[in-house]
Formats: sequence, structure tokens, C-alpha cells
Amino acid sequence: MNRRTMGKTVLGLAGAAIALSVGMGSAFAQEKLKVGFVYVGPVSDHGYSYQHDQGRLAVEKALGDKVTTTFVENVPEGADAERVIEQLAASGHKLIFTTSFGFMNPTLKVAKRHPDVKFEHATGYKRAENVATYSGRFYEGRTVVGAIAGKMTKSNIIGYIGSYPIPEVVGGINAFTIALREQNPKAEVRVVWVNSWYDPGKEAEAAKALIDQGADVIVQHTDSPAPIQTAQERGLWSVGQSSDMTRFGPKSHLTAIVEDWNGYYVNRVKAVLDGTWKPIDTWGGISTGMVELAPYNPAIPADVVKLADQIKADIVSGKRHSFQGPVKDQSGKVVIPEGKTATDEQILKMDWYVEGVQGKVPK
Amino acid sequence: MNDLALIGPILAAMFAAATPLLFAALGELVVEKSGVLNLGVEGMMLVGAVCGFAVTVQTGSAVTGFLAAAFAGAATSSLFAVLTLFLLANQVATGLALTLFGVGLSALIGQGFVGIPLEGLPKLYVPGLTDLPVVGQALFGQDIMVYLAVAAVPLVHLFLYRTRAGLVLRAVGENHTAAHALGYKVLRIRFLAVLFGGAMAGLGGAFLSMDYTPMWAENMTSGRGWIALALVVFATWKPVRAMLGAWLFGGVTILQLHVQGLGIDVPSQLLSMLPYLATVLVLVLISRDVARIRLNAPACLGKLFHPDA
Repeated sequence: MNRRTMGKTVLGLAGAAIALSVGMGSAFAQEKLKVGFVYVGPVSDHGYSYQHDQGRLAVEKALGDKVTTTFVENVPEGADAERVIEQLAASGHKLIFTTSFGFMNPTLKVAKRHPDVKFEHATGYKRAENVATYSGRFYEGRTVVGAIAGKMTKSNIIGYIGSYPIPEVVGGINAFTIALREQNPKAEVRVVWVNSWYDPGKEAEAAKALIDQGADVIVQHTDSPAPIQTAQERGLWSVGQSSDMTRFGPKSHLTAIVEDWNGYYVNRVKAVLDGTWKPIDTWGGISTGMVELAPYNPAIPADVVKLADQIKADIVSGKRHSFQGPVKDQSGKVVIPEGKTATDEQILKMDWYVEGVQGKVPK
Repeated sequence: MNDLALIGPILAAMFAAATPLLFAALGELVVEKSGVLNLGVEGMMLVGAVCGFAVTVQTGSAVTGFLAAAFAGAATSSLFAVLTLFLLANQVATGLALTLFGVGLSALIGQGFVGIPLEGLPKLYVPGLTDLPVVGQALFGQDIMVYLAVAAVPLVHLFLYRTRAGLVLRAVGENHTAAHALGYKVLRIRFLAVLFGGAMAGLGGAFLSMDYTPMWAENMTSGRGWIALALVVFATWKPVRAMLGAWLFGGVTILQLHVQGLGIDVPSQLLSMLPYLATVLVLVLISRDVARIRLNAPACLGKLFHPDA
């Protein structure tokens, strides 16, 4: 239900025509399990695809004597993807990770033709005998970040750069805002949508616009570090996305919501090796290690760090939920009643803002 | 919060947002005035962006970086020039190929430079002037490249309309057969024009990678080369109008972000469309006047020329 449905397709087509490259893993020894990875972006994006590739490297490191890995980057979502996945399946890969939402149907098609190959599709919702799905509960990270932002803001205006108004992003804004206002009821969130996952220029412009409107913490749900740079230039706070972006604004970068697939990938490859693999759905949060927070900025006061760690611990122990009732929408109507938490279905379909977010969700 | 106080920052952001477009559009304008249509602006911008960034990272000198970007842009465009001018390849197809080539080449060159941060250019600060309300930041608080782009506008205009060389260049664009008969080296003139266009596109790209968002990312121009191409037609091949067009485009881009931030209830997808919509609208308005288009469009635009034919 989430990312990369359209943003990269156009760019990807152009890029893939030339930049499509197959990186081959190490040895060619027989008997080793061949594991394939399909990325929507370049490994060098230092964001979404980069994090998946870190997972691949973790697999090599942990199980290098039993597996070889292959990756294909810059694969456009669409007909080309099916060809790439088919090629991997046909060339003896027995486990294939397709890491973007738009690879869902191509993955299922290829899976049907290769019942002996196991597939893992990220962020999708269609499974089969040999297709499992997985995704991260990144909104949990946004709860922690929201609390930090609530403590750090002085202007009480938070600027939030959104990619596309899909449930994953809207839910992230809500989780953030709930935690923000719990710490600081006067704070409000202003959202600017850039309608792109990756456009450094536009993300920087959005950050500037929000800062000019008084925001002193910039949060992003887009992939480039441009907003961090802008915030650093203006001497304000920012929160990174997908990977640790500290080096783009060491003074500004409060922390980042890091997508960490390492543990999951290693476990799933192990499961195939052991013969215990099942086509399940995994939606892991902070407790599974899929969602991590980058090291906190040393400028964050100790009591705020303590608060953040406490929230993290409470989420892990189940004492706390990102959407814990009572949660009110913008009109003040209670959507999640006291004592209840949002169901997974509610989170996966979220298309409304909580109290404290300015503007309306674009329809 | 006083929303009127936002006018200053919006203006300042507008000029900066317009700068890469202005560089690329001015270059392409000269190319088209010489009768050549180079659709490879996006590719040349990307090659300029990555080379400028890489050289700056290696040498630590932004001046060297920008020079390298201009050189890299020109070098990329020379490929186009050789193919279309001397080997008589189709200009539209070659230009499109150049864009695809530039995307791939820049990604290849940039592999080792992803994720490296860079300091942007320092902003001008004139005590008193920069602190002026509303216009201070916009007019006196930019960095050198923003001013250079604006300064290039009268220079290109003077060159095209007030110098002999400019007259010859326009003559070549209007009627290459006649210019050739008069003894002008049509191909050499076009070659130089294409190189200039490449250099300017390279500078526009480098502005993005070295200053606007000081980092290298694949495909970071995100279609700005295409906007620059549209701006040339939008401007009916007049440098000053290209500048106004770039400002309009930059201004609407920035404005729509502010409208969203203020929570004004307009669909964000519609707002994202606005800059393009505005461009199309002006294009339609201009195109209604056929005479004006005919008067300004170079008559030999996109036509192949062979001196012996």
C-alpha cells in the first residue's frame, strides 16, 4: 500500500535504458544458494535502495559461505521488471527479493512460472504459495521523532515535506503529530507535498518555503538529503529519511528514521537454507529492528534523549502504540476511542489528518 | 504570522529557482538562433552537474568546478554537433539520444561521488541593502551564480542584436544557403553555437549540484532541461523574455509550495501542475499570434545543411 508507485517510473525508464547494470556477487561455486535482489533505484541513492543493498551485504557477510547474491538496480516498475525477475529466476536464483511496491504483479507472474523459486516482495499485499511480503512499521519511528521535535521546536511550527499523499505517508504525519502534541500541545504541523520521491531541487525549495513560514524543524518523507542541507544552512533542525543523513547537516540532523532490512534478510535466507521458509507477511517495527533511529544529535539535551529512548522502549514492550486512543481528526471527532489503538487496517488505509496538522489531505 | 512578510523570501527563492533554467535556456536560445535544435539540454545539464561537483570535491575550488562543468557541457554537446552537423544525423533523434546518454554517463561518473556533502556558495551580504525589507534578500542576498545568470541576459541580447557576429549567427539560422553563398562558414558557426549551448547547460546543471542542493544525485535535474527548452519557445527566442519566463516558472513553483504550507485548500497535485500549466498557457497565448512566431523563430531551425548540396 505504499511507496514508489509512480515517482521513479519516468526517470527510471530513461535511466534504465543505459544505466541498467547487473552486479554479480562473488563466487560461482555450485551448491551455494543463489539469492537475487531487484532495486527500483540506484544502490548509490543513499536512501531506499541503498538500505536494501545493505541488507544484501549483511546476508553475504553472515552466510557468505552458503550463498551468493546478485542484484539488479535501476529497474523500472512495469514490463521491464518482469523481464529482470524472470531472468534471475531462470538463471538459478532460488530466493528473489523484489524491493519496490510496483514489482508486485511482475513478481507474482514470474512466481507462477517458477514454483520452485521463493520470492519476497516488499511493501505489497499479494501473496502466493511461493511469494511472501514484508514491510516496516516506519510510523513507529515517526512517533519517537515527533516527541523529539516537540521538545526541540521554539517556533511551534514543524515543516513536513511529503512525497505522495498515500496512506503510508499520511499515517506517518499523523503518528508524528500525535507524539509532537503530546509533548507540546501548542505545536502545529505544516505539510508541503512535492509529488516526487526524489527531487533534491524541489525538496530544498519546499524546505525553504516551510522555513520562511516559521518552521524550525523540518521533517521529510522524501528520499534526498536536500532538506537537511537547507535546514543546516538556515541553522535549524531536521530529521533524515531512510538512512543516516548526518553528514549532510551535522549541526541540523536530529536523527533519522532508518530502514534496516539486514536482520530480516539474513533470517529469511537462513529459513530457505533450513527449509523452514513460509510465504508469510511480515510487518515489523522497532521491536524487529526493521525500523531504527540514527544516532541522536549531540546537541539534543539529555532529558529529551531519555524521553525518546523511553518511548522507543515502550513501543518495543507494547506499552505504547503510535495510534493510541483517544485520537481526534481535524474536525475534533474522535476516530480512535480511548483505550483502543488503531487496527492495522486503519493504518494501511489512513487518509485523514489528526488534530494539529494544517491543511487537508489532497484527494 | 503576517503573510505579507513572506513576499521577500518568496522573491528570493524565485530568483534562485529560476537560475538553472535561465542558464540552460539562454544557451539553447543561441543554439536555436543558429538554426540547430538540440534536445539534449537535460543530458548536458546532468554531465555538467556531475563534473562540476566532482572537480569541486577534488580541487576544493568552486571556480574550477564551474569551469569544468562548462567544459564538460560543451564536450557533451560537441558529440551532438559532430553527429548532426558533419554526419547529418537527425537533430531531434540525436538530441533525445544525447539526453539519454547524459543521464547514463553522469550516473557512471557520479558513482564515487554520491553521498558526499559539499559547502554551497557563499551568499552576498551588503550591510544595509541586504537587510532591506521585501527586496533586500532577493536583490542583494543571492550568490554569484544567480547574478551571473541575470548578467548573461543582456550580454546574449547584445551579442545577438548588436554585434556583427550575432547578425551572422542569426543569418545562418534564418537561411543557411544564403549565408553559405555569402561565404560564411555555416557549420563552424553552428558548431560554436552548440558548444556555447552545452557550456551554459553545464553551468545550469552545476548550479544545482554545487550550490542549490550541494550534492550529486542521479537524475538530479529532474526535467529542468526540458523546461529550459520550453522556455526558449515561450520567450519567442528573445533573451529578456526567457528571463521573465524563468522567473515566472520559478515564482509559480515557489508560490505553490507556500500555498500548501499555509494550509490553503487547493489540491497539491494541481499546485504541482501549476508551473507547467502556466507555461502551456503562455505558449498558447503566444502561438495565437502566428505572425510573431514566424517573425522570431529561426527559419532554418532543425534543418540539416550540407555545404556541397
